[in-house]
Amino acid sequence: MAINVKVLDRPVEQVSYMRATLKGMAMTFSHLFKEKVTTQYPEQKESISRRWRGTHRMLTTETGKAKCVACGLCPTVCPSNCIKLVPGEDEQGNRYPLVFEIDEFRCIFCGYCQEVCPEEAIHVGRHYENSEYSREGFVYDLERLMAQTHPVSEMWDPSDPKGE
Amino acid sequence: MIPVPVYAVIHTTPEPPLPFWVFFVSTVVKMIIVFTVYMVGVALLTLAERKISAWIQGRLGPNRVGGKLGLLQPAADGVKNIMKEETLPTHVNKPIFMLAPMLAFIPAMVAWAVIPFGAPWDSKWGRIPMVVADLPVGFLFTLAISSLGVYGIVLAGWSSNNKYALLGGLRSSAQMISYEIAMGMSLIPVLLLAGNVTLNEIVDQQANMHIWNVLTLTISFFIFVVAAFAETNRLPFDLPEAESELIAGYHTEYSAMKFSMFPISEYANMATSSALMATLFFGGWDIPFTRVDNTTGVSFLMTLLSIGLFGLKTLFFIFVFIWIRWTLPRFRYDQLMSLGWKFMLPLALSYIVIVASVMLGLDYVGLERGFFYGLAMLGVNVVLVIITFFLLDRGRVISPAYGRATPQQIARLRAVTTSRSHLSPQSGD
Repeated sequence: MAINVKVLDRPVEQVSYMRATLKGMAMTFSHLFKEKVTTQYPEQKESISRRWRGTHRMLTTETGKAKCVACGLCPTVCPSNCIKLVPGEDEQGNRYPLVFEIDEFRCIFCGYCQEVCPEEAIHVGRHYENSEYSREGFVYDLERLMAQTHPVSEMWDPSDPKGE
Repeated sequence: MIPVPVYAVIHTTPEPPLPFWVFFVSTVVKMIIVFTVYMVGVALLTLAERKISAWIQGRLGPNRVGGKLGLLQPAADGVKNIMKEETLPTHVNKPIFMLAPMLAFIPAMVAWAVIPFGAPWDSKWGRIPMVVADLPVGFLFTLAISSLGVYGIVLAGWSSNNKYALLGGLRSSAQMISYEIAMGMSLIPVLLLAGNVTLNEIVDQQANMHIWNVLTLTISFFIFVVAAFAETNRLPFDLPEAESELIAGYHTEYSAMKFSMFPISEYANMATSSALMATLFFGGWDIPFTRVDNTTGVSFLMTLLSIGLFGLKTLFFIFVFIWIRWTLPRFRYDQLMSLGWKFMLPLALSYIVIVASVMLGLDYVGLERGFFYGLAMLGVNVVLVIITFFLLDRGRVISPAYGRATPQQIARLRAVTTSRSHLSPQSGD
């Protein structure tokens, strides 16, 4: 035997095979009639946490414009560098994003963008069913982000750490 | 010298042979029906396995194709397997590679031909036996054919030219040889009791005794069940295909329908073994508390009832096969071999001796071969079962993983090493 193999001290005299097998069979048989735990996925869905961080959503003002003021905090804080922001300015001197793109493939869904946003414009969403026919489909532009309707994540609240 | 009364075994009186056209038509009809039911049944077995495994694991199992029960799942699987690409690896031995799935499949089908599945029907054209081929050596035929199935597996493993496949084939042959012997030996008590190798006669004997062989010959039944598991390569003896060790064992290189042949033959073997268990130990098609003999005609309804009962018994054993598969983990290879050779074979041999002497004794006392004969056998059997399962089965049936050596064993080992050191010349001297 190899060196340093841990040898269990088994009570060989008490070991049985047949009786142990029958006991095991009784156990599996009782499981035949137990309640099944399967979730029939496309029809039934498991509820997800209120703090779930999924694909993003840009909130809009009453006039239907993006809340974003192109301050540049989210691309700065983003650890995976997946947000592309080109700021613009209108005649009144209000900043707005000319280009706002999030590459959902690069995103690690840390939620820092939502936390850092002063205008509560960009959010991570409570949403997990994403599929596209191409890789490019996962680069969400501003229009796409604004068009999303899923509920947004409630980020971690220090006063209510369990989210109750 | 003590005169031992020789007991004459009752043979049913030879019946007038059926007219040729009745024989021909009935055989063709039986062939078609049995083959259809068997094939559909085997297909449904794959579904049964998935369903039961799911239930045991707290899941629902296939329920998307063909209603809530997923009844069309086997059809979907079949279509998928036929549509899939047949890969033929370049390094294989092509003729044997093509032949192996057939060799695995055909014996599995043929073995069913001699199993009686119902009481003979007294039709207005004569008595039609409910068995495709009423062979006088039916029992030996099934044993011979069922062991032919190993050729398919061994040749598949060998012709694949792949180390995992070869190991799988090798394991299969070793396993089959080991358990074939125990299986044959376990059935000798059944033959002793029946005095005949015709399966129908074995059923008759159990019906005559009003007690099934499983009660009079429990240990034989136990050995037969374990050996049948090994023969059909089912868990806990699925070492030939052991996924975690050998990828897929002997069918690693197979694809599409050729691959599918192996599981089909496995399920077919399973069904055949279950039918044999029902026939040899559970009274076959015998309807309890009724007698089927030459004096009473058997109506078609009775025959149907007996077929139904036989089907139920067979299905029960198929369920046991599946049930055990999802209960027990796989044996280690040395455990498999030691169980076969060191436990099952001696147990079967000693059981033959015990049964033979008990029968000799009972015959000498002059007990009729009837219910009380069976009861006497049952009494002996209860004692033997207690000895086997409660006294012998204490860490001895199968060696567990290494136990700590006892002081005596250590002393013995030390004695061996010191005696050896005397023999070998020391380099320093």
